[in-house]
Amino acid sequence: MSWGRSFKHSLTAVCAAAALTCGFAASASAQEPDFAGERVELIIPFSEGGGTDTWGRFWAPYFSIFLPGKPTVVVKNVPGGGSTSGANQFEARAKPDGLTAIGTSGSTQFPYLLQDKRVQYEMRDWRVILASPTGGVVYVNSDLGVKSAADLNALKEINLRYGSQGATSLDLVPLLAFELLGLDVDAVFGMKGRGAGRLAFERGEVNIDYQTSSAYINNVTPLVNIGSAVPLFSWGALDDDGNIVRDPSFPDLPSFPEAYEMMKGEKPSGPAWEAYKAFFIAGFPAQKMVFLPKDTPENIVEAYRKAAISATEEESFIADREATLGAYKQIVGEPAERIFRQAVNVPEDARTWVQKWLTEKYSVQF
Amino acid sequence: MLDAMMTALSHFTQPQHLMYLVLGVGMGMIVGILPGLGGIVGLSLLLPFIYGMDQISALAMLIGLVAVIPTSDTFTSVLMGIPGSSASQATVLDGFPLAKKGHGARALGAAFSASLVGGLVGAVILTGFVVIARPLILSFGSAELFMLAVLGLSMVGVLAGKSLPKGIIAAGLGLLLGALGAAPATGELRMSFDSVYLMDGLPLVIVGLGMFAFPEIIDLCRQNRSIADNGTLGSGWKDGVRDMIRHKWLCLRCAGLGSIVGALPGLGGSVVDWIAYGHVVQTAKDKSQFGKGDIRGVLAPESANNAKEGGGLVPTLLFGIPGSGSMAVFLGGMVLIGLEAGPAMVGRDLDITYTIIWSLAIANVVGAGGALLLSPFVSKLTTIKYGYLAPFMITIICFAAFQATRSLSDMVALLALGVLGVLMKRFGWPRPAFLIGFVLAANTETYLYQALQFYDWGFLTRPGVMIILALTIISIIMGMRKQPVNPVEEEESSHSHSPKRAPQILFAGLILAIFALGIWDATQHTFLGSVFTGAVSVVMFIVTAVLIWQLVVSPPSHGANFDHEFDLANHEDKPNAGLWHYVLWVGGLVAGTALFGFLIAITGFFIAFLRLKAHASWLRTLLLTGLAMGGMCILAWSLVLDFPGGLLQDLVDLPWPLG
Repeated sequence: MSWGRSFKHSLTAVCAAAALTCGFAASASAQEPDFAGERVELIIPFSEGGGTDTWGRFWAPYFSIFLPGKPTVVVKNVPGGGSTSGANQFEARAKPDGLTAIGTSGSTQFPYLLQDKRVQYEMRDWRVILASPTGGVVYVNSDLGVKSAADLNALKEINLRYGSQGATSLDLVPLLAFELLGLDVDAVFGMKGRGAGRLAFERGEVNIDYQTSSAYINNVTPLVNIGSAVPLFSWGALDDDGNIVRDPSFPDLPSFPEAYEMMKGEKPSGPAWEAYKAFFIAGFPAQKMVFLPKDTPENIVEAYRKAAISATEEESFIADREATLGAYKQIVGEPAERIFRQAVNVPEDARTWVQKWLTEKYSVQF
Repeated sequence: MLDAMMTALSHFTQPQHLMYLVLGVGMGMIVGILPGLGGIVGLSLLLPFIYGMDQISALAMLIGLVAVIPTSDTFTSVLMGIPGSSASQATVLDGFPLAKKGHGARALGAAFSASLVGGLVGAVILTGFVVIARPLILSFGSAELFMLAVLGLSMVGVLAGKSLPKGIIAAGLGLLLGALGAAPATGELRMSFDSVYLMDGLPLVIVGLGMFAFPEIIDLCRQNRSIADNGTLGSGWKDGVRDMIRHKWLCLRCAGLGSIVGALPGLGGSVVDWIAYGHVVQTAKDKSQFGKGDIRGVLAPESANNAKEGGGLVPTLLFGIPGSGSMAVFLGGMVLIGLEAGPAMVGRDLDITYTIIWSLAIANVVGAGGALLLSPFVSKLTTIKYGYLAPFMITIICFAAFQATRSLSDMVALLALGVLGVLMKRFGWPRPAFLIGFVLAANTETYLYQALQFYDWGFLTRPGVMIILALTIISIIMGMRKQPVNPVEEEESSHSHSPKRAPQILFAGLILAIFALGIWDATQHTFLGSVFTGAVSVVMFIVTAVLIWQLVVSPPSHGANFDHEFDLANHEDKPNAGLWHYVLWVGGLVAGTALFGFLIAITGFFIAFLRLKAHASWLRTLLLTGLAMGGMCILAWSLVLDFPGGLLQDLVDLPWPLG
């Protein structure tokens, strides 16, 4: 190991781009770990560009500054298998020394929850550091004559079309929501990202769509303002007790459970609702999470959590956050642990229900 | 709009802005020269540095890098036959034969000046286009995009060569392999045999390397001479610039084409160079030199692929939909500096949009100028004895290949596709047709399915669809106007009409078996998940059967009969080794990687190759090996990259870079 480290250091000298502080002292004391002179790799199981990569690259320098010893934190992209390859590699190879972390997304959580055969990682065992929430808004074409969520019942009679990336992608949440509401929605698959779905909406090819918060604000609000799109409801956000409440970014819009109640006159329940809730949490309030491998010593986990908390209190973080991560508060420390537990603990009958529904409705094989 | 232009102009009076732009260009030059890295890696290397920079400087740096990649990746495309990125695959077709004739510097001169024109024209078009682009982009729905894919596929006719069935089968094989993995309609995994690697589909970079770079490397090794025929450079870069001026209208046309096709989200930047290449072959009166070193074959794709980057900015800025991998990273960069793509980019933030577009123009001037200055020196590489160059080039293509998923599978895929490329080259199957099919497979299938869902068969009567359909028919007629001469494969009169036809028939039989497999696989899935691959397989199975019948019964002079090996055997300077000799060398490298990991295997390969093939002294061997390995390790370290591991790495925990 020391050979490897000294080799890395001789390279550092050559590599002007990497501003590493020199030093071989890395013997971690029992209490406070020291990452001085180390290089921490944050695995992002996606290719460069795109949401999760950008999010990881936003966080990386803050970990650099706030971890003890100010290590260099670099993003390492390990794409493939819809993010399962990178997660498998993390599970198999990452040592519990705090030098390897992973940043996941809903597309890493969903295959795990659905027990996809490509998954060889046990997420439950990982140590969560932080969770970055996001939200989303469902909107329809104004030609349908609907003015708000109060008119949802009128939609039942109409054949709706939704542009989707795939039934087991993050789109599982909207597809489940449409199912719960009893809407007649044809999903047209093969969209390359939510942006493509929005484009299809603007072209009039689909008439119902959702966008995550920042894309909604930047690209759909103008459509709402000129009267061609009508927002129905937001997915909502989680409060500290784990209840779904109105999204703080869209206080005027009902949350999905509210919209459900407006339409059906009762609160949602049953296995379909349980399934929806689990996938909603793993897909939105806990969409992106940073983990350390299992068996990571408590002091290292603590150091990471402290670094994350310090970062969220930093002025430049707060200023930059709005633009990059949206208006949502980052969830760090104990609340992150709680939301993570909620995200990975899907009741067995709810899981079975989703799998059966996916197979029957979208011929997904498990 | 004028206000925005003035504000944008004022940014350029600040020296700081230009300085960052040049910095980005310099960086792009370095990563662009290394094939496979391209814009994506370059941009992600820059991202950590843009924190704390003001928006305009950060944008300048990012744009400088994006702009210069399609320029600098031309070096390896022309000089070594290694497509630097998917945007310059078509450049290889004529660029590399020119380099082999000793006109490397001229081809580079033409390519860079065409890039310059492409970049500038692209920027001019964009300046006006960007404010009216929104409705135009919205008018291209799934139906129109499907028709555009069909238009692209019709180029196969021009690139097919003497045997149309071979061209069609090659394209069909491309379509089938391109459709490997998840079906767009249902997500079913086709022809992936439970391999996670195949589930994601074959990476385009590796297909390009396997089809073009690999067979060339094998051929050059066998001839063991320098790349340039007589070891000298016949003409200089100034001749290339003169070529560009002579064909200025062609360059302007292709630049316009590039910026419009690049602006359409969903079509993907990787077809632009092929459409431009097809266009020039189609419209040329004398087609005889295409594929053998026609300078127009370099000018067309190069002017188009630089204009494409500008075009690609339109959907990126206006809709937040990146048209290519590098645009996706650019979009990420914008988010990191607090800029959100959306309609505001042509409203409130129009000055920023103009700053971006004009930065692109300036970066093109700086980049092309720099590349031109470098070209006389870099093109000397083609005069080096190949024995010395080969191990470096094999290292380069392996390194480029495992950028895709960073695993051993990438190298196995490279070897498999490389063997396919070698055989296609030997038997005169048009590889560009294969590539066009591959690139367009996903678009064709997805947009056809979506168009049918949205409009049913009525989509054919949409005005946009009918216009593109008319264009397609015109393009096919223009291509058939003259007896198409093989534009691509080097075919020397009747030398290649081998009397021994068993090898060709065997190869065609292998292709037949692949389509049979495609048919079998189609029966395993639902209708929506299998209709595309099934239909392609059935049609191609029949065409292949016809071809085999032709090969068996027709006289030796038939166009389908082609065996490059027979031609070579009649040549004056016979190759020094059999066809499989060097393929086995690379096979050994892959096997070594599977056992000991890439770094150990490639070190061994280097030493063995230099000692046995180049007959280098021990001192020289060790020096060159050390140089190559050191350079690669530095690169891998700064890219945060692990080399693919093997059995050894599974058993023993080795330190980086070995582990």
